[in-house]
Amino acid sequence: MSVAAFELQETGDGWRLEAKGTWSLGAGLGDIDGKLRRFSDKTMSKSLKIDLSGVETMDTAGAMMLQRTMRACSQREEMAEDNALFGFEHVKEGYKSLLAAAANHLSPCEIDVKQGSAFVLMLERVGRGTEELMYEILRLVSYLGEVLVGLYTVLSRPKRLRMTSIVHHMEESGLNATLIVGLMSFLIGAVIAFMGATVLAQFGAQIFVVELIGITVLREFGVLLTAILIAGRSGSAFTAAIGSMKLREEVDAMEAMGIDPLEALVLPRLIAMVFVLPALTFIATMMGLIGGGLVAWLQMDISPAMFLTRTQDIIVVENFMVGMVKAPFFAFAISVIGCYQGMRVEGSAEELGRHTTISVVQSLFIVILLDAAFAIFFMELNI
Amino acid sequence: MTQRGEKGEPIIEIEKLTTGFGSQIIHKDLDLTIKRGEIIGIVGGSGTGKSVLLKAIIGLVKPRAGSIRIFGEDVLQMSDREHRAIDRRLGVLFQDGALFSAMTVAQNVIAPLREHLHLSPELQQEIASMKITLSGLPLDAATKYPSELSGGMRKRAGLARALAMDPDIVFLDEPTAGLDPIGAAKFDDLIINLKESLGLTVFMVTHDLDSLHRACDRIAVLAEKKVRAIGPLEEVRKTDHPWIQEYFSGPRGRAALASSVQEQDSSGDKEARVE
Repeated sequence: MSVAAFELQETGDGWRLEAKGTWSLGAGLGDIDGKLRRFSDKTMSKSLKIDLSGVETMDTAGAMMLQRTMRACSQREEMAEDNALFGFEHVKEGYKSLLAAAANHLSPCEIDVKQGSAFVLMLERVGRGTEELMYEILRLVSYLGEVLVGLYTVLSRPKRLRMTSIVHHMEESGLNATLIVGLMSFLIGAVIAFMGATVLAQFGAQIFVVELIGITVLREFGVLLTAILIAGRSGSAFTAAIGSMKLREEVDAMEAMGIDPLEALVLPRLIAMVFVLPALTFIATMMGLIGGGLVAWLQMDISPAMFLTRTQDIIVVENFMVGMVKAPFFAFAISVIGCYQGMRVEGSAEELGRHTTISVVQSLFIVILLDAAFAIFFMELNI
Repeated sequence: MTQRGEKGEPIIEIEKLTTGFGSQIIHKDLDLTIKRGEIIGIVGGSGTGKSVLLKAIIGLVKPRAGSIRIFGEDVLQMSDREHRAIDRRLGVLFQDGALFSAMTVAQNVIAPLREHLHLSPELQQEIASMKITLSGLPLDAATKYPSELSGGMRKRAGLARALAMDPDIVFLDEPTAGLDPIGAAKFDDLIINLKESLGLTVFMVTHDLDSLHRACDRIAVLAEKKVRAIGPLEEVRKTDHPWIQEYFSGPRGRAALASSVQEQDSSGDKEARVE
C-alpha cells in the first residue's frame, strides 16, 4: 500500500494536480494536507484539473481535501454548483458518489464553544462563583426548611414512615461502617497516646496521658472523625444514588405517581443517619479509649485497671455527653447536604461527579463549622 | 488500510458462535455471514441476543466458542494491538448515542481522530464539519453539548462520531428507536444514502418494521440461539416459524408491508409518467 501523494504540473492555462496512492487518513493524508493547503492558498482563480488516475483508494477525508482544493482554486463563474465532478479527470466509478457527497459538506464548523479573553473569563468566573455561592446558601437553607416541614409531616403521622427503607439505610451507612470507624478511632487513640507520651515525659507528667486521651477522644475526635468518615462514605453515596436516579428520570417518575421523593428518598436516609451516627460515635469513642489505653499500658506501664480508675475519676460524664450530643446534628447536616446535592444533579454524568464532590466538601465544611460553634457554646456554658 | 474490497464479498464471517453469561447460553453454534456493501437488519424477540451479537462482533463480549472473522481475519485470536487496528475500521452507534457528555458534538466527532491520527487543527475541523453535516445535523449543532440535543439529534451526532474514522462497517443498535416516524424515516434515508455514497456495510439491530422494509437489503432473524432465517425480506417472511410468522403477519407487520408496497407503487407510477 502506498502513501498519499500528489504532483503538480503547470499547463498552458492553469495547473494540473495528479493525485497518487492511497488517499485515506491512515495513509498519511494529514502529512500532505499542509502542502496542499499552501498550494490552494496561493493559486487563486486559475484553472485546475485534478487527475485521479493514480489513486488506489480514497476515503471521505481524501475526497473532501480534493474538493476543497478544487473549490478554492477555481472560483470561476462557469463552475456549476451542482456539478460535483467539475474539474476532475479519470474518476473511478466508485468514487463519484464520494466526491459528490464531499462537495456538499465543505463549510467548516466551530469545534469548541467560543470563549473571550482570559482576563474577562477570570472576572466572569469570579462573578459567577460569588453569585452562585449566594444562591447556593439560599437554596440550601430553603431545602433545609423543606426537609424540616417534611419531617414534621411524617413524624406527626408515623404510619407514613418507611421502616424498611430506614432499616436498609441504617445497615448501609451504619452497620457496614462499624469496622472502618472502629479501626480508625482505635488507631487515632493510639497515635494520641504516643504523641502525649513523648511530650508529657519531658515534664515527668506521663500519667496525664489518661486525661489527654480521655478528653480529646470523648469530646472531639470520636464524633468528629466519625462524622468526617461518614460524610465521605455515606454522604457521597446519598448524592450519587439520588443523582443517578434523577438522571434516569426515576425521581420524575415518582413524582408523577404521586410519591413525594422527599418522603421516599430523603427522609429515610436522614432518619437512619440521625440514629446511626451517635451509635457509631459511641463505638468510635470506646475504640479510641481502648487504643489509647493499650499504648499507655504497653508504652508507659499504666495498667488497664489504673487507666480505668483514673478515667472514671477525672473524665466526668459531661465530656462524654458533649461528644455524643453533637452526633445527631452532624448526621442531620451530612444527610441533608448529601440528598440536596443529589437532587441538584441534572443533565449529564459529569454533573453527577461534580455534585458528589461538592456534597463531600460542603458536608465536611459544615461539620467542622458546627463543631466550632459547639465548642464556643460549651465554653460559654463552662462545660 | 482502507483497501476497499469488492461489493458482495464476505466482510464478517461468524461460525459456530457460542456466547453466554453465567449459566445462561445466549447463542449456540450461530452462523452468520455479512457481505460487503449491504445493509443487514438483525431482528428477534427481546432477549434473543441481538445486542449481545453486536457486542461480540465488535469485541465487547467475549464468546465462549466459535470464530468471528472480520475482513478475513480472525478477531478472537488477535493480540490487543491487532484488535485495535480492526476497531478503527468499525464504527458503532450505541442506543442513545453514547456521546461523551463533557464534550461538544464536534469534539465528540474528532475524539477518535485525535486519538489515532496526528492531523492539523484545520483538517480536524473540516473533517468534523463534514461528518456532522453528512449525518444531517445543522452546523450550529457542532458547539452544543449532548445534553442540549434532542434524542434524534443525539443519534445523528453519534452517527457522525461513528463515521469519523471512515469505517468500512457501521454497527447501529436500534437507530430508529425513540424517534418519531418522520425522524425515523429520515434516519433510514440517511443510512441508505451513506451506504450508497460512502460504500458502507451496515449492521443494524432494529425492531422497526418500516426500517426493515425501507433500508435493509437482507434480514437475519435470531431465534432459539441461532439465526433462524436470513435473506431478503420477501424470503424471510415466508419462513415457516411461529415467531417470524407472528412478527411479519401481525397487525404492525402488515401495516408496514402495506405502506412500503404503496410507496413502491407510487414511485413506479412516477417513473411511468416520466417515460
